[in-house]
Amino acid sequence: MINYFPFLAVLILIIMGLSAIIFKKNLIKIIIGISIIGSSVNLFLISLGYRSTGVAPIFTNAPKLEMVLPTPQALTLTNIVIDLALIAFMLSLVALVYKHYKSLDIRDRRLKG
Amino acid sequence: MNLILHAPILAIAIPLLGALATPLLSKLGKTIRNLWIILSLLFTEFLVLILTYDVISNGIRAYTLGAKFPTDTIPTANFIPVRIILGVDAFSVFMALTSVTIVLIASIYSLKFIKERTKSKYYTLLLLLTAAMVGLVFTGDLFSMFVFLELLSISSGVLVAFYFHKGEVVEAAFKYIVISAIGGLMVLLAIGLLYGHYDLLNIAALANTLTFSFSDKVALVLLISAFAMKCGAVPLHMWVPDAYGEAPASISAVLVVASQASLYALFRISFTLFSALPTIEIVAWSIIILGVLSMFIGVVMAILQSDIKRLMAYHAISQTGYMLLGIGVGLAVIGNTNALNSFGVTAMEGGIFHIINHAIYKGLLFLTAGAIIYRVGTKDLNKMSGLAHKMPFTTIFFLIGALAIAGLPPFNGFVSKLMIYESVFRFNPLLSIIAMLVSILTLASFVKVFYSAFMGPKSKEYNKIREVPKTMIIAMLVLALLTLLLGLFPNIVVDNIINPAAHALIDQLKYVGGIL
Repeated sequence: MINYFPFLAVLILIIMGLSAIIFKKNLIKIIIGISIIGSSVNLFLISLGYRSTGVAPIFTNAPKLEMVLPTPQALTLTNIVIDLALIAFMLSLVALVYKHYKSLDIRDRRLKG
Repeated sequence: MNLILHAPILAIAIPLLGALATPLLSKLGKTIRNLWIILSLLFTEFLVLILTYDVISNGIRAYTLGAKFPTDTIPTANFIPVRIILGVDAFSVFMALTSVTIVLIASIYSLKFIKERTKSKYYTLLLLLTAAMVGLVFTGDLFSMFVFLELLSISSGVLVAFYFHKGEVVEAAFKYIVISAIGGLMVLLAIGLLYGHYDLLNIAALANTLTFSFSDKVALVLLISAFAMKCGAVPLHMWVPDAYGEAPASISAVLVVASQASLYALFRISFTLFSALPTIEIVAWSIIILGVLSMFIGVVMAILQSDIKRLMAYHAISQTGYMLLGIGVGLAVIGNTNALNSFGVTAMEGGIFHIINHAIYKGLLFLTAGAIIYRVGTKDLNKMSGLAHKMPFTTIFFLIGALAIAGLPPFNGFVSKLMIYESVFRFNPLLSIIAMLVSILTLASFVKVFYSAFMGPKSKEYNKIREVPKTMIIAMLVLALLTLLLGLFPNIVVDNIINPAAHALIDQLKYVGGIL
């Protein structure tokens, strides 16, 4: 049972993030929602990769030759970097939006349709 | 060095190198920079062309990164493909050919269209986008597909926000990047689900071992909804008119092929990974319904628009519907050999042929819209009039594009639409009738554009307007000629490129066998 806790947390976090994106009216809060989903996906990948008796694949330190395949960790690292780039870009866009409209509310928009 | 052996990775690496070297070379002068950009794109085009020839005559080409020999897909120590593998089959090269050609033409067009001050940033991003598109269609494993998808989202998002001194542009880019970020994370979640179950990321190896458990179906739903969102199908199409409408016109043309790269991912997942799913018909019908909805809602919304680029963007949604419809019908009958041979293959050929046709004529239309904006300075149809007096070439090119999108002979849109009508009629007559109705509505809305922008008396306001510069005319001319040639000699293209591409999608076992 305890093994399923990370996955339960992932589910709750994704729902939290999605509801923030859908229901919040502030652009920064939407970005926070995306960031929460990103972290929960990272948590999901990391908890997939966890093996309780596994040996970290660092050749110089490993006590035996059988080590875990570090693919989930590699995926997580890549996703952290990509998330960083995406969120930096989104925040810069929000800064520009604020400069133009002096507001972060999504209801104050100019684009129709 | 054996060029053809390394062509798959070079086709990704060359635009990437081009992108990263452009800011440096722009310090040496603008002629060198322009030459560098065009040459690197030409070389990519050449690589994709020889790869097309090779793949169509010799079958799938696999390229393993980091292996001693590129065709050793499975390492000798363990028996699963752990390395990143590029799997290039007839459908991938077809998509790569379409995207690189459009990017090449758009970059020739942009030599004059984009202001000199921002040009090196623009081309850096455009080449990055090219690398992402080619990578997305060439990759043979799910995770690099995700990485290239995100690279595509970020670079195209920045390009949408290129005129960031306008508020609407920033808003459009924000909308686009939020949709892309959510889509990308959904894709990653699905990849995690599949990896957790099978310890595999390679598409061919996964297709071999998939057992269609509950978590696989969840992954399928996540992947299909994410890619449908990214290619602009209807329930989540709201980013398309904003992003296409507010980006620079040459970028709108490239965005069309960029969203078609997501369409490629959608078809690759549903055909190569899941075509043996017992309930594949449900998946196929949801793709068909998405297609029909996109077709209809896209065109109805387009008629209401008065902004020339938003109008064309809504047509892009509607045309994506045709591709989804054609290929969805192919997926629906994939288990039934008789139906597949009698109309399924034709429907898929129609859908695939529509991908390249749409890229060409919608590219042409966006470039003509760009030409109007370049000279007239407005996107509002109500303010334009009598432009045919001053811009004869643009008028002719617009007319060619408009007739092609409405599906009139002898232009290319007619051929692929006819293939879709004929084959879909034998699957379900109602769908075919809706498709024809949409085509008529398309014609109606383009007649409106043509009359309000080009016809009418000369207006005093626009007395000083001249035809656009030569490079822009050349780019539009190439696209117009392609529209006409593909419409006059469709057999050559369909038999040599489209048919192998359709069979590459249908024949799942051949893909698996070609990679492993």
